[in-house]
Amino acid sequence: MKDKKEFDYFDKPAVKRRLWILLFVVCALSVVPDIFVDRHPHFGFDGFIGFYAILGFVSCAVLILLSKLIGRILKVKEDYYD
Amino acid sequence: MTSAFPPAFILIFGALLIPFFKGKVKNCYVILLPAIAFYMISKVGVGSSWQIHFFGFDLTLLRVDKLSKIFGYIFTLNATVAFVYAFYVKDNNQHMAALFYIGSALGVVFAGDLVSLYFFWEIMAIASTFLILGRKTDKALHAGMRYVLVHIFGGLCLLAGIVIYITQTGSIGFDAMIQRNPATWLILIGILVNAAAPPMSAWLSDAYPEATVSGGVILSAYTTKTAVYTLIRGFPGWEILIVIGCIMTLYGIIYALLENDMRRILAYSIINQVGFMVAGVGIGTAMSLNGAAAHAFCHIIYKSLLWMSAGSVLYMTGKSKCTELGGLYKTMPLTLIFGTIGALAISAFPGTSGFTSKSLIIDGAVHEHLLWVWIVLEIASAGVFLHAGIKFPYFVFFAKDNGLRPGETNKTMLAAMGFMAFMCIFLGVYPKPLYDILPFEVHYQAYSISHVAAQMQLLMLSALVFFLFLPLLKRTDTVSLDTDWFYRKGGKLFYAAMDKGLNGVNSFCNTVFVLNLTTAIGRFFRKGPVKIAKLIIIPVRSILGDDRDKLAAVRARLDQAFETGSHPLGISAIAATLFFVMLFLFY
Repeated sequence: MKDKKEFDYFDKPAVKRRLWILLFVVCALSVVPDIFVDRHPHFGFDGFIGFYAILGFVSCAVLILLSKLIGRILKVKEDYYD
Repeated sequence: MTSAFPPAFILIFGALLIPFFKGKVKNCYVILLPAIAFYMISKVGVGSSWQIHFFGFDLTLLRVDKLSKIFGYIFTLNATVAFVYAFYVKDNNQHMAALFYIGSALGVVFAGDLVSLYFFWEIMAIASTFLILGRKTDKALHAGMRYVLVHIFGGLCLLAGIVIYITQTGSIGFDAMIQRNPATWLILIGILVNAAAPPMSAWLSDAYPEATVSGGVILSAYTTKTAVYTLIRGFPGWEILIVIGCIMTLYGIIYALLENDMRRILAYSIINQVGFMVAGVGIGTAMSLNGAAAHAFCHIIYKSLLWMSAGSVLYMTGKSKCTELGGLYKTMPLTLIFGTIGALAISAFPGTSGFTSKSLIIDGAVHEHLLWVWIVLEIASAGVFLHAGIKFPYFVFFAKDNGLRPGETNKTMLAAMGFMAFMCIFLGVYPKPLYDILPFEVHYQAYSISHVAAQMQLLMLSALVFFLFLPLLKRTDTVSLDTDWFYRKGGKLFYAAMDKGLNGVNSFCNTVFVLNLTTAIGRFFRKGPVKIAKLIIIPVRSILGDDRDKLAAVRARLDQAFETGSHPLGISAIAATLFFVMLFLFY
């Protein structure tokens, strides 16, 4: 028996599930102010509710896929230059 | 003011005294030097200058205005904290290299003319190399050599530009460059090499991650940010910088996403962040220039913090690859918390310094109605959260537990990180002190509900994408090819070509001329005469009716005669006569 139990809070499946839920909730909450606050769209098309949420989602997805694609060409073994 | 003199001197001359100090006193001494310089900069009035006549020029080693002051503040503040972090370092060489490096960076920032700027610029390149070499590994040695070669190239571009510029204008003063001619372009290229603008960017991600633990922290702040300073001073409103800046932001993200080494992730994110500043300089309005300066200020703090936390992990575990790390939250909670604050700040999370500084640049683009610039910068902002904001802490402190149980790092390192984390939040919630020292007057309110909501949407959805796409982001034990391929592989190729080419010609000549031709000539002169004599004499004797035995005897006699050089006098005389007859006939 260990005399002190290790801190492993984030390894627990229940906690992971809770964090997932929290993430979705925060995502949803971040869009809520858009409904009430008078926003100042700068370029006309950026005025609708949740514009930045969509921008964030799409751009990150594209960035990841793009880097994955580029990685196929550019990734080499650690000892490539040796 | 008579008391004002260049703060660079404090660090550079102070560094020379380091060998006289021992133990903890030495560490306290190196902390004190930048702190004194900070105090001095805070006291020196705008408009002060300090000149010296040298090389036939009036060099301005101190030119104080708000722009040089803000960089002076952050350079010395960061140096002080970095030396607290490096309290465990006993190596004189590293301390001296760091002080020379930081001192010359201050020299660049306060230089009022191009000659002294160039002078400090080169000291910076050389001193910083020693922070990489200080790691004392083969990899560091090679990376350091590549690093210094790239910087010598950049320095030569800068020098060529400066020489042409001074010849053309007759002035050595360093102010905004208006004309666009080969001179200013060369200066710009020299500066952009230091700003790590692609394609001359690979030196950063190649060399910084090979530096020592504290060397990495110090390197992350100065080279690229002196370049940002010089751009703000010399090239405001050069549109090409907007394009370069936008490319840098995206380039940094994509490479950071591919990267496995935690310090290399942070190195790429420097390029990404400097991209924001370069774009701000390119936009060139008071607001965006303020943004570039403010962002450089905040960036130095949170980037140092991130390098400190990565450095602590490296210091405690000896590892820096994400594939070998993970699960460290269990034993390094404070490093995790400080590192995460840095990660939030770099992501411009509301309430942190990145939010109050980056907004100035992005709003600068909006005010100029630069639609595409704005979109790229927003996309890049979301991407920052991906690669630096989440990826770095997640793979190092969470993700797959690799069984490392290092324990928390030492107290001075934690204290340094704690202070930087405090600064990140302080400037995030109360940016007024920062706005007050910006080069142009500011009336800016970063916090409004719509702005905070927009940023939160951007970041939270970015986080969601990260975790949804996690299987795609699985770390692999790889490196990614970058532009350094051209000189790393290209250099080898060149060497091989030269090796095969020139050495091939060499060995061909050796075989043909030295080995074969000379021996053939030697053989000819040794054996030739006897063969010729036989060719003439044997047929003649056989016609005269000599049998085989007699001919063999003649052969043997000829051989002997030529070997000993003892010919019957008559034959020699006949041969000589024949020779003269032939000479006479042919000529």
